[in-house]
Amino acid sequence: MSNINRAPSATGATPGTAPVPSGTSEFLTFKLGAEEYGVEILKVQEIRGYDAVTAIANTPDFIKGVINLRGVIVPIVDLRIKFSLGSVTYDPFTVVIILNIASRVMGIVVDGVSDVQELDGSQIRPAPEFGAGLDTEYIIGLGTAGERMLILVDIERLMTSRDMALIDETASVH
Amino acid sequence: MSIDMSQFFQVFFEECAEHLASMENLLLELDPSDPDPEQLNAIFRAAHSIKGGAGTFGFTDIANTTHSLETLLDRLRKEEIALQPEMIDAFLHAKDVIAAQLAERRGETTSGLDGDAAEVVMKWLDVLAGADGHSPGDASPGQLSPPPAPAAPDTSRAPLARFDIVVHSSTVEEAAIEGLIGELRSLGTLEVTSEPDGSNPQMSQTTPRTWRMILTAAVAEAAVRDLFEFVVPLEAVEVATMLPGDVPPASDLPQLPAAAEAAYGFFDDDESGPAIVGSMPAVNGTAQQDEGFGFFDDAPGVPAASAAVEAATQGFGFFDDAPGAPAAAASHAVAEAQAAAPASVGRRVSDRAANAPMRAGRRATDKQVTSAGDSASIRVGVEKVDMLMNLVSELVITQSMLMQSASVIDPVANERLLSGLGLLGRNTRDLQEAVMSIRMLPISFVFSRFPRVVRDLAGKLGKQVDLRTRGESAELDKGLIEKIADPLTHLVRNSLDHGIEAPEVRVAAGKPATGTITLNAMHQGGSIVIEVSDDGGGLSRERILQKARERGLPASDAMTDAEVWQLIFEPGFSTADTITDVSGRGVGMDVVKRNIAEMNGSVSIESKAGEGTRIAIRLPLTMAILDGLSVKVGGSTLILPLNSIVESIRPSKEAIRTVGGRARTIAVRGEYLNVIELRRLFCAADAPAAEMPVMVIVDAAGQKAALCVDELLGQHQVVIKSLETNYRKVNGVSGATIMGDGRVALIVDVPGVMRTGNGFAHAA
Repeated sequence: MSNINRAPSATGATPGTAPVPSGTSEFLTFKLGAEEYGVEILKVQEIRGYDAVTAIANTPDFIKGVINLRGVIVPIVDLRIKFSLGSVTYDPFTVVIILNIASRVMGIVVDGVSDVQELDGSQIRPAPEFGAGLDTEYIIGLGTAGERMLILVDIERLMTSRDMALIDETASVH
Repeated sequence: MSIDMSQFFQVFFEECAEHLASMENLLLELDPSDPDPEQLNAIFRAAHSIKGGAGTFGFTDIANTTHSLETLLDRLRKEEIALQPEMIDAFLHAKDVIAAQLAERRGETTSGLDGDAAEVVMKWLDVLAGADGHSPGDASPGQLSPPPAPAAPDTSRAPLARFDIVVHSSTVEEAAIEGLIGELRSLGTLEVTSEPDGSNPQMSQTTPRTWRMILTAAVAEAAVRDLFEFVVPLEAVEVATMLPGDVPPASDLPQLPAAAEAAYGFFDDDESGPAIVGSMPAVNGTAQQDEGFGFFDDAPGVPAASAAVEAATQGFGFFDDAPGAPAAAASHAVAEAQAAAPASVGRRVSDRAANAPMRAGRRATDKQVTSAGDSASIRVGVEKVDMLMNLVSELVITQSMLMQSASVIDPVANERLLSGLGLLGRNTRDLQEAVMSIRMLPISFVFSRFPRVVRDLAGKLGKQVDLRTRGESAELDKGLIEKIADPLTHLVRNSLDHGIEAPEVRVAAGKPATGTITLNAMHQGGSIVIEVSDDGGGLSRERILQKARERGLPASDAMTDAEVWQLIFEPGFSTADTITDVSGRGVGMDVVKRNIAEMNGSVSIESKAGEGTRIAIRLPLTMAILDGLSVKVGGSTLILPLNSIVESIRPSKEAIRTVGGRARTIAVRGEYLNVIELRRLFCAADAPAAEMPVMVIVDAAGQKAALCVDELLGQHQVVIKSLETNYRKVNGVSGATIMGDGRVALIVDVPGVMRTGNGFAHAA
């Protein structure tokens, strides 16, 4: 337990076979344009295709509307529009990640889901201040898996933020 | 440890509430002349369980009260003493006290329960238990029993008596009253049933404040009056000796968590001082009857000459066309009324008012064997049931999708598959119905409270009322059951207060002295209809019109009866001349209508002068289902609630005119209505406009507007789902639903759209 936070001697990450028994978290990684993002797997409920979204008028353009998920009405956010990344097309391969956040269910549209990555504390580095685009407030850190850099998003914080206008407290911000 | 205990508290509270409810039901069913030993045993068991639980958890007040109750019940059970009507009053009162104590333990009531209330009822029970007389006359042999007649208090050596004391004054000081209360306490047991709310600053100076208390002491009435002499002006004090049977009406106890009263401000004790005489039926009842029912004063009565039998037939004949009312039940009722009428005319008028309603209330419940409580049940959280319902409705959609896909395959080659799908369809529907029925409760859950309400109120008003209930097994969504109780209580009270006339008036009009209030529930199509009808004086058209004009409401003689009756739903409308503590403040009917509208229901009134009134409430079976019209607007489907739609028209292009360049209006039947483009509110700006739009005329809170849609699709019953569960409130949308194809459709919030629509029009 005590050596989890100790910086590894080697720079660069040990490949996926890192023998760390605990203190690791798993991230579902997905693509937005050329960038790779990761969200905590425990927040993910399921992955499904994009279809039959009912639009809601007078909402920001990144809120695509609501879908029927087995009898539950679930709002869908297109992160590609939100972060102006990737080409916004909807086809049978468009993927929606259904998240379970703050005891709510919501979906995000992404370019494609890659895999599940196990990262330990040493593989996660704080993100520098970017000053634009995605606020670092919503980033847990940057994860390194081999040659890949994963932007680990604090999805709960992001989705419940005022910016997203997904939750009623922000309804006054119109 | 404390956490553990509080878990058990909850269970105890729930069980206690159940025991108390069943105790009340049994008490009201009990026949004092021939008590069923099995019922007595059941009441005893309920009391014993409460006592046991209360003792275990250290609720000594509840345990003590129940102990007294139990002692008396035990003696009755062993047939050591005979059951008297007064005992039932005492039991009911004790039940209320226990319920109040329970509510306090739960932390529901903030005002601490006066321990005296419990003490009085315990003493009362003990006195009853101590008396071993076998007939009512022998019940007061000793020194402890209440005096049998009001004449007693004037004697100098008075036995223990109960006094009902009312003080109302705006000038008297708080401290002076406190002193008085102290002195009264020294005489005997004092129960302050109501006192002004000191915390309310508005009450402090101007408004007359009222104290009401019940004193049990061995003094004469004059002695009690003397105490007040130098403290408050004599005209501000009312002291009355109570008969043994005159229970302080339960609803006057401010501690009781009586939601119904609170909701309508009926029993505001703070204001009810001047009218409180009404609670003394034996003494002042008749005086009040003459003035209290302004609503029906000039109602032309049935000619006094007509025979009682004929009146009864007429009275019931009016309701014969009740939809769904079994003809047999109606004729049975007539026959019974005929039998009862001649006997009751002579005798019942002189009957002690307190006794008659008790008999009346019991008779109604006697006839039907209550089925509630017998069947085994389990407690399940509502969210589990909701989850099950969600899953099942999803299953139904999946199944219909399968059926759709299967409709194109070769029926011969796939015969077995198709028959399997057919079976699946049937099973799915059965499953859906079964799951929906979990949330449904029989309406008897609401009806069962009314025998008590009617009994108490009839006693208070000095009227004789028979309550009949029909269709108790009709089922209704649990949420609706909870919400319908208050409006129904209000309607029943109104019928009792305004509808049913005083016994003398009824006899003079050739009707049986005992009035009848009927509660009837029945299914009609996809809705349930609950009727409250009485055979009282009926509504007076002239009087309502006159009052409406006084209040500046639009009223003309040309209005149909139905339109006139709707006027009584206007806020603040009351035709009663005197405000009683029961009704007449004009709060109520508008609240009833609003509550019912919130449940997507409607109210209608039928009334005939001299014969009675019938108020019918029509509700959807469940809150979760809405009758809607689906419309197409710019490529998306929207649902408009059917109950807000007046009509739909397809106007010519010329019929739509502009005002000030932008805002559009349309003339429909002589009215210019605002045209609201749903396309602008619900669709992307580039959605194509229809060539020939359809105007759906909607009505919300008396205001009309024309909603412009592209196409009408059809009428559906839709399951309402909240958008807010996972998303947030959206302007102009009251919820969402899932259509047969699995897509989500938004339900339009018509009043909201009318507000926004007008806003847009102004902004444009």
